[in-house]
Amino acid sequence: MNFTKNIGLFIPCYVDQFYPKVAIATLELLEKLGCQVTYPMGQTCCGQPMANAGYERDTVATTKHFIRIFKDFDYVVAPSGSCVLHVKEHAPVIEGLEKEQSEIHDKIFELTEFMTDILKIENIKGNFPHRVGYHASCHGQRGLRLSASSELHQTPFNKAKQLMVNLEGLEWVELERKDECCGFGGTFAVSEEALSIQMGKDRLADHQAQNVEILTGGDMSCIMHLQGIAKRNGNPIQFKHIAEILNEAIS
Amino acid sequence: MSHPIQAAEFLQDQAKSKWHDETLWFVRDKRDKISKSVPEWENLRDLASQIKDNVLANLGVYLEEFEKNAKANNIHVHWAKDAEEHNEIVLGILKEKRCNAIVKSKSILTEECHLNPYLEKNGIEVVDTDLGERIVQFLNQAPSHIVLPAIHLKKRDISEIFHEKLHTEKGNEDPDYLTQAARIHLREKFLSAKVAITGVNFGVAETGEFVVCTNEGNADMGVHLADVHIACMGIEKIIPKRAHLGVFLRLLARSATGQSVTNYNSHFRSPSPGKEIHIVLVDNGRTAQLARPKFKNSLKCIRCGACMNTCPIYRRSGGFSYESTVPGPIGSILSPGIDLQKHSSLPFASTLCGSCTDVCPVKINIHEQLYEWRQEITKALPDRTKSLAMKIANGVFAVPFAYNLSGNMMRGALKILPDSITYSGLNTWGKQRDLPELPKESFKDWYKKNRK
Ligand code: SF4
Repeated sequence: MNFTKNIGLFIPCYVDQFYPKVAIATLELLEKLGCQVTYPMGQTCCGQPMANAGYERDTVATTKHFIRIFKDFDYVVAPSGSCVLHVKEHAPVIEGLEKEQSEIHDKIFELTEFMTDILKIENIKGNFPHRVGYHASCHGQRGLRLSASSELHQTPFNKAKQLMVNLEGLEWVELERKDECCGFGGTFAVSEEALSIQMGKDRLADHQAQNVEILTGGDMSCIMHLQGIAKRNGNPIQFKHIAEILNEAIS
Repeated sequence: MSHPIQAAEFLQDQAKSKWHDETLWFVRDKRDKISKSVPEWENLRDLASQIKDNVLANLGVYLEEFEKNAKANNIHVHWAKDAEEHNEIVLGILKEKRCNAIVKSKSILTEECHLNPYLEKNGIEVVDTDLGERIVQFLNQAPSHIVLPAIHLKKRDISEIFHEKLHTEKGNEDPDYLTQAARIHLREKFLSAKVAITGVNFGVAETGEFVVCTNEGNADMGVHLADVHIACMGIEKIIPKRAHLGVFLRLLARSATGQSVTNYNSHFRSPSPGKEIHIVLVDNGRTAQLARPKFKNSLKCIRCGACMNTCPIYRRSGGFSYESTVPGPIGSILSPGIDLQKHSSLPFASTLCGSCTDVCPVKINIHEQLYEWRQEITKALPDRTKSLAMKIANGVFAVPFAYNLSGNMMRGALKILPDSITYSGLNTWGKQRDLPELPKESFKDWYKKNRK
């Protein structure tokens, strides 16, 4: 397939620093799918941690910078539901750039939704012989509606599952609580440390109870939190971003 | 004390907090299932939300219509601008009736106004007649949940309280036995009270009637045995038409407990011959909240408690950790409007996961309002939140913040710092979590080498 539009790759700052392999997997995956992808070098943090901590007003410069960097692309794609949601819903309105900003709101996508909704991929052919548990990160889940919410009365769907479920050898695990928060929550992870840890442990226990081998998801922030708790407690569960799974599966 | 401290305390008793989480999850799950048995569920939520929007936009009009019709039905209507006035009005009626013992059925509003201690101070015995409320009243506690007031207590706790207060057999935890004991105890109180107080779930402007929903029938029992019924109602409880009950009653019970309908939905329209009905319409900060565009639709709440049952924080920190009459997500957007300083940690007691918003039968955008309160609080209380900002700076977010200045410097620092510092008490992230292993190079560096 050849997709002739220009895609700007938006890599969340902590992914750039801590998880370059996730960014590489995202880039390679999109390239394998026939996309022209550019990573604009000048990009910085989108401002989400500040805004969620109550300092949205201090993210004007960051937001302005973000718009300038990405405004000329046809699409902006990021391996993070959380950062995409921030750009769409919580970035402060920038005077003088209203048009560019609202265009970005329409053309920015989280990786899996870009694949299912824009590239129109029904399912991916490939091989991934592992038992996989999916963590539905809340901002992607209830913010971007990447899958049906357990609270709502709606027809079930799950964009990540759609992409993974037909991989040869992959065992998709159904969890006891399929969309419960892991307790990361940005600032929450440190300001409500005790709760954050307990929530993370509870999430891990659900995956463990279903004998999950690899825990995956669309947001490395949640995975970083869960992985941090797992490692501290000697829990052998493995962690991968969904981009890594898909990229490995089709290579 | 702030929420994080209370929450950490609650989590100390691991077994109990796990039980609390699972018990409320069970209620949430029941709600999920029953809501999915109603094909038009999402339409009902839309409708309920729109009816309430209309109410809030025309509150004055509907309240006056309600007052006019209620008066025509021989109901005495009183207006209270705050908790103090509310309490004085109630006491005034009791004095006039020479009444020194009342029965009360669940009313969160009277909790909000701290009516019980006020009346007790004035020599009046107050008996809460909902089983759960009576239990917490025995313990001198406030309810920890707006629908399940004693949810923080286990059967054993209740057995002990009843043994002490009602002389039930020591160690007998059989729910039927305990309920029976409570019934006998409450019956006496019902028979001797001349005045009964209830809350109000819905006031119908069109007819001047009001509706009280209970599962135990205790509101009816109290009201029908007493000569005077005082109903305390927040001004936002108004609905325009009786037909709208067809929307709200279907949503309320299913959202609250997963039942298809509350056992008793009692309509009160006019007093029986020789009896009196008084209704006290209470503002107590509601018009102030109505004047805040970002927060006014928190007043659409029908107090079903679903946002508490679904909240992963509430389930693991308990109602008392919020230190406000209405706990949980809805409490966290109502309480800062009443006392910003006291409740400033509540909007931060959330991951903004959004489950509350999806579960809410009247579609209040709860998690978005939590986000908005954060913006207000950091502005209004810079000192209070400075420690929070410090925590962020000390925590994992040092990375994104430092990023703009120099990502590489930060990466370098993390590598050089000994574990003892990275994982010391200063670094909250690292207390119970490992930090990710640092890769050799950032993506940016990799990209420069491999793609340009
Ligand atoms: S905010 Fe919504 S979910 Fe929460 S108690 Fe009120 S009506 Fe129920």
